[in-house]
Amino acid sequence: MELRGTQILLESLQREGVDVLFGYPGGAIIDIYDEIPRHPEIRHILVRHEQAAVHAADGYARASGKVGVCLVTSGPGATNTVTGIATAYCDSIPLVVFTGQVPTKLIGNDAFQEVDIVGITRPCTKHNFLVKDVKNLAKVIREAFYLARSGRPGPVLVDLPKDVMLAATEFVWPDDISMRSYNPTYKPNLNQLRRSVDELVKAKNPVILAGGGVIMSNAAQQLTELSREFHIPVAATLMGLGAFPSNGDLWLGMVGMHGTYAANMAINHADLVIAVGARFDDRVTGRISAFASKARIVHIDIDPTSIRKNVEVDVPVVGDCAQALQGILDICRKRNENMDWEEKHSAWIQEIASWKKDKPLCYCKSEAIKPQHVVEVLYKLGKGEAIIATEVGQNQMWAAQFYTFTKPRTLLTSGGLGTMGYGFPAAIGAQMAFPDKLVIDIAGDGSIQMNIQELATAVYNKLPVKIIILNNMHLGMVRQWQELFFNHNYSSTNMEAQPDFVKLAEAYGAEGYRITEADKLEAVLATALASPNTAIVDVHVEREENVYPMVPAGAALDEMLLV
Amino acid sequence: MRHVLSVLVENEPGVLSRVAGLFSGRGFNIESLNVAPTLEAGVSHMTITTSGDEMIVEQIMKQLHKLVTVIKVVDFNELAAVEREMMLLKVQAEGAMRGEILRTVDIFRCKVVDVSPNEITIEATGNADKLQAIISLFQRFGIKEVARTGSVAMRRSMQAEV
Ligand SMILES: Cc1ncc(C[n+]2csc(CCOP(=O)(O)OP(=O)(O)O)c2C)c(N)n1
Repeated sequence: MELRGTQILLESLQREGVDVLFGYPGGAIIDIYDEIPRHPEIRHILVRHEQAAVHAADGYARASGKVGVCLVTSGPGATNTVTGIATAYCDSIPLVVFTGQVPTKLIGNDAFQEVDIVGITRPCTKHNFLVKDVKNLAKVIREAFYLARSGRPGPVLVDLPKDVMLAATEFVWPDDISMRSYNPTYKPNLNQLRRSVDELVKAKNPVILAGGGVIMSNAAQQLTELSREFHIPVAATLMGLGAFPSNGDLWLGMVGMHGTYAANMAINHADLVIAVGARFDDRVTGRISAFASKARIVHIDIDPTSIRKNVEVDVPVVGDCAQALQGILDICRKRNENMDWEEKHSAWIQEIASWKKDKPLCYCKSEAIKPQHVVEVLYKLGKGEAIIATEVGQNQMWAAQFYTFTKPRTLLTSGGLGTMGYGFPAAIGAQMAFPDKLVIDIAGDGSIQMNIQELATAVYNKLPVKIIILNNMHLGMVRQWQELFFNHNYSSTNMEAQPDFVKLAEAYGAEGYRITEADKLEAVLATALASPNTAIVDVHVEREENVYPMVPAGAALDEMLLV
Repeated sequence: MRHVLSVLVENEPGVLSRVAGLFSGRGFNIESLNVAPTLEAGVSHMTITTSGDEMIVEQIMKQLHKLVTVIKVVDFNELAAVEREMMLLKVQAEGAMRGEILRTVDIFRCKVVDVSPNEITIEATGNADKLQAIISLFQRFGIKEVARTGSVAMRRSMQAEV
């Protein structure tokens, strides 16, 4: 039977197991929207801005591990997705973004609402397609999902000209998929795994550095086993939080610019760093020449370009993190039965314990509400079961530092791109994936205003997302830099001109709370978290609190500013 | 160090801009880039001349390989390869100069492909050094225009061991 392009699109989404579509209609995709109601198995969430559609799909993908999908119109609809796509690209999040396009015969004519979105997104997608013939549509969609989720995942964009969606053809869903030019390596080279174990056997001061790849490849289990059985301390990047239970002796904390003292010291004193699914971003390494300068480096990553891009590596291992860690575990268990690993690393673990004890994460208590304390209370009230999204800035770093992440896929944060406005729509996406879980966006008063319009989306769809604004009436992180490195010149970082967030929440039909006194904090937060409705809690926190430790830009990891 | 890379790509719209965009976006050098179809339908061959230290060239190779439309990447610096480039030179050629120009053409085994009363167009083939030498030689007559293809390269056939 012949189907029209619009029908093929929805049939294909169904075959791919898509249950939620985040989108926004327009002229170029009005025919697709005409088809959507005929597919009740796919729930369409109408956002209020296309950027939020992409972040929501991204939050859905991070929380669930499935591919997030969105649909937007041509021209401005398409360009509005770019920040979301770039955000997902930097953090390797599997998305398929469908954009409408003007009819093929008008492409290149500067038609109404025409942009070359394939050209625009080429550098920030894993791959993208312009479908010129309805006969290729099903195959392209199949390839798009395959590319998005396989290898190092990433966003894939599919541009759909209007006439292609109206044309009809026989619907053939390709059973198999093979692309001669795309063959990600999953299975690590055995020899490299053996060499990794050799390094581990030799090392006295080893550290595992867990990145987002551990979470993407569902390797948290193997990582935890490796650490516990062989007594190897673990540090994580921002993207790796949740890959290892962040409590216990072997946990060092986050590394990098706002990493813990123990984690940063451990990296720079280690004689072996086993980096798993991490890419040595400059926010992680500090001054690169001083990074892990005493260490041999084993680097496990599915993307060969990550290896030896920023740092020299002694043992590169290309492959899936879970398979590689499993391989290392197997070899280690077999080869070194009689080795006393605990004894071998005991001096090192003691040294780490003293760093942890001497310079733990901390903050000075005062009359005012401390943002760090708010995060601690959220952890306590949510019993550690919540999914936490963050915005960007100090709020993000305090969430990373003071929330105890114990499970993968419980932190949704824009690590690579640092996109303000990410957290709230991402939380909406996560809530769609897990309707019964507590989903919290830890926000700043600046960032939350970047996608605040999504309150309408959350309220209309009865999504009980909780926005906790750590309101310092500043663009806090920028203010912190101005304080520390620009002589207190607070140029354009004052945010006192802000809406009444309680009234704003109410205007959208959500609940609004305000907390200005420390002794009310826990009770009001508890009420808000228990509510079945969308809610904003506007917490007025210490206005000039800083995030510490801090490695100033260009300094080495062990040159931290402390509280 | 200069490297000549051979890249097999799916011949799809946009493939050239994917490759060119990769180089510009990541700040890699392109000295020359040449694209043409191969005998296999749907596959094109690119020869890219680039430069950089070992770590950069390794990144370039890996990044090229990561592009979904790239089938194969080979660095000819690691293999024995023949490399050639073709060049057209339009040289000022009036009166007495013509004889000397034609002699130089002969010595370098170039070809005259177009003649007018005051200009001669020469076709020359060789590796980069040879073409540079030819340009230097003809400069004193006055070069009016140059067009170059950029290098193409091919791996040498196996030599029997002696
Ligand atoms: C879209 C975007 N614009 C600008 C920035 C630069 N930036 C980084 S942090 C920050 C301040 C964020 O302020 P706020 O959301 O109030 O959070 P706080 O740091 O106060 O917790 C800014 C402006 C950014 N990361 N993203």
